[in-house]
Amino acid sequence: MAVTVVFIGKLADLAGEDEREVPAPLTWSGLAGVLGADLAEAAADERTKIAVNGQVLADKTALDAGDGDEVALLPPVSGG
Amino acid sequence: MAITVDLLDAPFNPGRFVGPFTDAHPGLGGVCTFVGEVRSDDDTVEALELLHYERMTRPGMEELAAQTVRRFELMGLLMVHRVGVMYPGEPIVLVSACARHRRGAIDAVDFAMDHLKSRSWFWKREKRAGEWHWIEPREQDHADLARWGD
Repeated sequence: MAVTVVFIGKLADLAGEDEREVPAPLTWSGLAGVLGADLAEAAADERTKIAVNGQVLADKTALDAGDGDEVALLPPVSGG
Repeated sequence: MAITVDLLDAPFNPGRFVGPFTDAHPGLGGVCTFVGEVRSDDDTVEALELLHYERMTRPGMEELAAQTVRRFELMGLLMVHRVGVMYPGEPIVLVSACARHRRGAIDAVDFAMDHLKSRSWFWKREKRAGEWHWIEPREQDHADLARWGD
């Protein structure tokens, strides 16, 4: 069963795709093993936020996504 | 009281939104409108692309719009944002506020723009000399946001 990981902006460039299905559960400690060192390092950047099903995690190290969840890696915003 | 929030993936004419918006609020004391366009600083920006994440960007804008209406006691608020690739001179963002009094309308637009620029879920990149570059948030954006103390 799967978790969908969504990559946005420069993180999508790094991942080489906009999203990827990975096995559930997806935890913070398992991130590097599933996504690779480069993406895990980018996720660890203090300015990168992680959202699960549209809700930003206050503490991203508490990531624990299950089957059917959508995890988004969000680089710093720049709109307007 | 009406709140309109929209994300558009094609060029738009701000007047087509502002006209009906003000018409829908008879009795208003003031309407303030800001339109942000793709700037060409020194003619090196060929294009700009704004990405969004639908499941967060739209709800975030709706929440910001509701917060703005409450804070400035607006009669109505219109908030339209482009996504996708756009070119110098094209509108990126439109915010228009109707209020009983001038100050509320002007401040509401200023507040909404500061929050759209640095606290909404958009990611921007610019194309210069044929290469795309991601735009990082600027210190000034955070200073602008800090003015509101929220």
